[in-house]
Amino acid sequence: MQVSSHDFKARADKALHDPNLRQALSAMEKGFVSKRQAAVRDLPEFDALRDRAVEIKNHVLENLDHYLERFETQVLAQGGKVHWCASPKEARETILALLRTVEARTCTKGKSMIAEEIALNPFLAANGIEPVETDLGEYIIQLADEPPSHIIGPAVHKTKDQISDLFLEHHQKYGRTARQTDPQALVNEAREILRQKYIDADAGITGANFLIAETGSTVIVTNEGNGDLTQMLPRMHIVIASLEKIVPTIEDACTILRVLARSATGQEFSAYTTFSTGPKREADLDGPAAFHVVLLDNGRSAMIGTELQEALRCIRCGACMNHCPVYQAVGGHAYGWVYPGPIGAVLDPHFVGLEEARHLPSASTFCGRCEQVCPMRIPLPKIMRYWRQQAFERKLAPPPERMAVQLWAWLVRRPALYHFATRIAAYLLGRFGAERGYFRRLPLAGGWTRGRDMPAPSGRTFHDLWRTSGRGRGEAE
Amino acid sequence: MSSARDRILGSLRRSLGREELSGEAKAALEARLAHPTANLTPARSQLPHAGQVELFIRMAERIDVTVARIPGRDEVPGAVADYLASHNLPTEFRMSPDPFLDAIPWERRPLLKFARGRAEPADLVGVTPAFAAVAETATLMMVSGPERPATLNFMPDTHIVVLESRAIVGTYEEGFARLRTARNAGTDGRYMPRTVNLITGPSRTADIALTLILGAHGPRRLHVVLVDGEES
Repeated sequence: MQVSSHDFKARADKALHDPNLRQALSAMEKGFVSKRQAAVRDLPEFDALRDRAVEIKNHVLENLDHYLERFETQVLAQGGKVHWCASPKEARETILALLRTVEARTCTKGKSMIAEEIALNPFLAANGIEPVETDLGEYIIQLADEPPSHIIGPAVHKTKDQISDLFLEHHQKYGRTARQTDPQALVNEAREILRQKYIDADAGITGANFLIAETGSTVIVTNEGNGDLTQMLPRMHIVIASLEKIVPTIEDACTILRVLARSATGQEFSAYTTFSTGPKREADLDGPAAFHVVLLDNGRSAMIGTELQEALRCIRCGACMNHCPVYQAVGGHAYGWVYPGPIGAVLDPHFVGLEEARHLPSASTFCGRCEQVCPMRIPLPKIMRYWRQQAFERKLAPPPERMAVQLWAWLVRRPALYHFATRIAAYLLGRFGAERGYFRRLPLAGGWTRGRDMPAPSGRTFHDLWRTSGRGRGEAE
Repeated sequence: MSSARDRILGSLRRSLGREELSGEAKAALEARLAHPTANLTPARSQLPHAGQVELFIRMAERIDVTVARIPGRDEVPGAVADYLASHNLPTEFRMSPDPFLDAIPWERRPLLKFARGRAEPADLVGVTPAFAAVAETATLMMVSGPERPATLNFMPDTHIVVLESRAIVGTYEEGFARLRTARNAGTDGRYMPRTVNLITGPSRTADIALTLILGAHGPRRLHVVLVDGEES
């Protein structure tokens, strides 16, 4: 997809003034946050499982070369093939060449963030192959010609009314001329249209939540069953996955599966977890005749051994964005690339360049909720801080911003001067603001006061209050 | 040769700061793969078998799965016919060509009509066996093969699963352990069929304004006929 992360500020501003987006995002607290909470409460072992899941992924990353080779051996032994691709371009061309071998005209697709990462759809369309998204959310945004705004709910930014309009506009060619407004009727309409697409498709492309070194299996987790119809009805099943999806054994996958759905949607388990191993067997009555795994690196191998390594544990559950106050306010599109939210702020600078994505790690108050809910315990704020440091060292911010940071750093390294200066500032602000109780405008802070008033401080600094209240000396109140 | 494979493995090893693993280190990893063991499993399902069956039923209800519990195989035709009638569904269905289902005395309900084989687009009802079921989350474990085409699990609107209660286990790991035994798995990891489907409730989506709707692409209804046998 087109990268527009550099435009984060303008896009975030636009998002904040979009009433449809505000309406759509307001459902997230109930839809994701409370459900996750309830699921976690129902499983006393949840935190212990997280620890185990982290250990598994850390072990995998230390031995990734071996596990990948072992995975390939097993896929081959089961009649499939693994295609190693260092770059998005190699992956796109590999997939196109595979599709050409079956003279594909259409291919169905299960949800895959890697397909988004390599911008597969426009490439296939430009080469005369129609990609059909089958996950309902992906299908909706394909009709709208938009990128996903959330990694598990790609159309979470759309209201029901917007979807009604989209279906009316795009389904007329199938003879559907009534505007449906009931969610059930909308789902039924998409179901009926897509059912024929599965049957007509020449190949099916899915992503993978796990690749299993023990057996050469690929695993997908869905609720709709679209990934299954995508892979079982056409002649060819192509799996596209990035290399950190490996786990050693089925048992290891089971451990991570126990934290995946609970963190993502708050379900105990997603409706469909499918282990696919090789093509259909000789006497099978259904299943694809050919099975290919396209394994993408795209710079991940270079993340190992760096500050970014821990981000490779990510299982793409979306909990970090569901719980992020910034994401909840601006939605996913503001981030301007495939991965939004805290995990996007961590990954996107690596994939699209820090120059392009430098605003994303700054779009955080470091409240820490993302790290708190991350099932894989990825230190997201720490990695964002690393990127901010990098941005400063590489002189990516405009001079006034850099000067302000330098000035601040100079000041806070001199405690006596810092206390003196803040005491004066607090006194002045307290004095001038006492009457009204707030400030409409402040010098040098126009951007901040444009959207809100600044409450007037009491006139004394926190340090002073702390000292006089006695708490600084460890005494009880 | 400098294939993408070599470049990726080379880059990985540079990042890891080492060469290819030594024979000894590889052997340790291979031993882990040859003898997979369960990690931490929740206490929830660590119950006597009767308790696991109860847990399965309780968890099934939470995810919109209906369960009809019957004493033996001979009651399956009646249970299937009753379910179809109560939902105003046709009495025709497609069934897995599976010996366990074949041994059911279907002639007891002469109105039931069925064909064996993989699912066809017009099929409204599918009847399949389950290899195992996991009490922990009421998850059905379906194993593909010539006698169990996977299309039957996904294409018909209504999916009826005939499950023997002795096939209920506590955890996913126990289900896979049974699979390894059933398929005489050695230590080479080559025991998996084309697909193992873990099915936990009917198809669902919340992609329209986070409203939960059943029957997105797979079955709208999932009904389990739970057969108690003398073994359970």
